[in-house]
Amino acid sequence: MNVAKRTFDAVIVGAGGAGLRAALQLSESGLKTAVLTKVFPTRSHTVAAQGGVAASLGNTTEDNWHWHMYDTVKGSDWLGDQDAIEFMCRKANEVVVELEHYGMPFDRTDNGKIYQRPFGGHSQNYGQAPVSRSCAAADRTGHAMLHALYQRNVRANTQFFVEWMALDLIRDADGDVLGVTAIEMETGEVCIFHAKATIFATGGAGRIFHSSTNAFINTGDGLGMAARAGIPLEDMEFWQFHPTGVFGAGVLITEGVRGEGGILRNASGERFMERYAPNLKDLASRDVVSRSMVTEINEGRGCGPDKDHVLLDITHLSPETIMKRLPGIREISIQFAGVDPIKAPIPVVPTAHYQMGGIPTNYKGQVVAPKDGNPNAPISGFYAAGECACASVHGANRLGTNSLLDLLVFGKSAGESVVEDFQSGDLSLKPLPADAADVSLARLARLEGQKNGESVFEVGLEMRRTMQKHAGVFRFDNLLKEGVARIKEVAERSRRTEIKDKSKVWNTARTEALELDNLIEVAKATMVSAEARKESRGAHVRDDSPDTAEFPNGRKDNEWLKHTLWYSEGNRLDYKPVTMKPLSQDVEPIALAKRTY
Amino acid sequence: MSINRGRLRWQCRRAFLELDLVFARFLERDFDRLTDGQLADLEDLLRCEDHELWAMVNGSEPCGNDRWKEMIGLLRQQ
Ligand SMILES: Cc1cc2nc3c(=O)[nH]c(=O)nc-3n(C[C@H](O)[C@H](O)[C@H](O)COP(=O)(O)OP(=O)(O)OC[C@H]3O[C@@H](n4cnc5c(N)ncnc54)[C@H](O)[C@@H]3O)c2cc1C
Repeated sequence: MNVAKRTFDAVIVGAGGAGLRAALQLSESGLKTAVLTKVFPTRSHTVAAQGGVAASLGNTTEDNWHWHMYDTVKGSDWLGDQDAIEFMCRKANEVVVELEHYGMPFDRTDNGKIYQRPFGGHSQNYGQAPVSRSCAAADRTGHAMLHALYQRNVRANTQFFVEWMALDLIRDADGDVLGVTAIEMETGEVCIFHAKATIFATGGAGRIFHSSTNAFINTGDGLGMAARAGIPLEDMEFWQFHPTGVFGAGVLITEGVRGEGGILRNASGERFMERYAPNLKDLASRDVVSRSMVTEINEGRGCGPDKDHVLLDITHLSPETIMKRLPGIREISIQFAGVDPIKAPIPVVPTAHYQMGGIPTNYKGQVVAPKDGNPNAPISGFYAAGECACASVHGANRLGTNSLLDLLVFGKSAGESVVEDFQSGDLSLKPLPADAADVSLARLARLEGQKNGESVFEVGLEMRRTMQKHAGVFRFDNLLKEGVARIKEVAERSRRTEIKDKSKVWNTARTEALELDNLIEVAKATMVSAEARKESRGAHVRDDSPDTAEFPNGRKDNEWLKHTLWYSEGNRLDYKPVTMKPLSQDVEPIALAKRTY
Repeated sequence: MSINRGRLRWQCRRAFLELDLVFARFLERDFDRLTDGQLADLEDLLRCEDHELWAMVNGSEPCGNDRWKEMIGLLRQQ
């Protein structure tokens, strides 16, 4: 079949913070750049980020990037690559100040500097005391960031393809990446985007879980596309559960609430975090807080008739503080929990929030995979940044506000790498293979012709329930084993999805079926990787790997200090070493230690 | 030119979960019954920024445009 073709220097899939930051780098360097996005750029999920972006500016309390690096390595439970972490923490001030110059309306201190507030897991002097490191624009940091970046891209003539969905990655016989296929929702036409460089910035996949803080758009398309094209996904067993999702709805209550003094309480009103994290208390790292909450609930100290949640209390804060610093929180609480937090505490439970794993990259944003004995061989023409990528700076657990930073730093560095690879002549427009669009066309034809098939909604629901039950906050060997078998069954069913609406234009049923294909890849990767990792580390906590003298926190460094690589074909697993050496010679590695707060 | 319902359905996908939950209820309950005139109002409303839209839906900001009032009313209905 004849498929239309468009040619660019670079194609970027995704117009959230990472995609827009990368696009800016390319467009301002004069490269002909196309950005594909399922929704209007400023409706990307980055808009949801409320809490802030981390940078050791030291405007409110003394700070420096060494402390930030330490916190990030410790937060990652030593699974983060120290070269990438050093790179990110050192670059933080530069990218945040750059954003300020792009017109980002950060909150200000009285003397006109960027206002900074404390955030979970961020500390002064290597864990001594909480530090104010989060730069925010009220509770609309992501929104403000995305708008600043979008305006800047418009100025730089970035070409946007809005309401286009990328379907599959195009690779040639050498394994090099030559672009993507995509469908235009308005016409239903498939088109090839042929490019010298392809950057994925498609965001997260939190919709694999039943209870999630993520909007419906987070379907892991980039991960699905990479996995189908034979590229492994890294560390997908690590999912962060945000401690404070509104009970029953999933909607997130930002950690900024605890930064401003919010307190978690159990049924008897006790501030229970004092027992679990005597130093940082309610501001301990997310996984620590989530597990403490689940322990309270499991041990019968939960709130409500079913003792199935805990309470987030801000009634002791002045209404002025709440209205000024945390305005959105009040409306969310009223709408989805039915309580006014000025008067009564908010019911909350840990809720799936952020994927630490993703498409493996190095700190330059180049996608890497094992080849000829090199575990990190770059795949020519392919780059990734943002939540879909795994650099890996978040390791086994991400610190709040480090994700927006990740978007800026690695969006920019992926863009810089493309420009460098361009200038050095490493990138060329390789000829498209004759079958470049075949995989996508076959997927669409299968969906079109499916008879007596499965409902997309039902299969999706089964996937979400399976993930929630078998791969939640606490993990059990028997549940994980069962989970692997069940998710494979769900995956089989997903190959027979049927849609009743066959219309060509604006067919949302088809879009959702195609998204499910991607979610399923992520779900399999998560379950299979989680079942195999027989230790507890960061967000991955197994009941059969408890805290002992030999294995503090259940972490087994002798065997498991390594990254997981999951391949879709045959659900095969491979592993690669963690980079324990920082980028610079003169920076000391942060030595393994027990993670306590 | 008549408004494509599929397009509006897609554009009810918003940037954060709060609105997705509200719109999911609306799509299930109200959307198929909307007249062409109402669809045109919805189309106009959907051009709003998400935070603006959310503020009108949760009542923290008044709905500033008469044309949007009916749709905001439907979205607010529990
Ligand atoms: C409620 C909430 C609050 C958060 N708060 C914070 C915070 O305060 N601080 C912080 O650091 N982090 C926060 N995070 C995490 C952070 O917001 C995300 O990790 C980050 O915004 C992801 O950005 P991104 O650019 O990678 O992807 P996104 O912003 O999700 O953008 C993805 C883009 O890819 C496009 N896309 C996806 N698939 C396709 C496809 N197939 N074809 C074409 N386009 C496609 C989408 O249209 C979109 O433009 C929060 C997350 C949530 C859910």
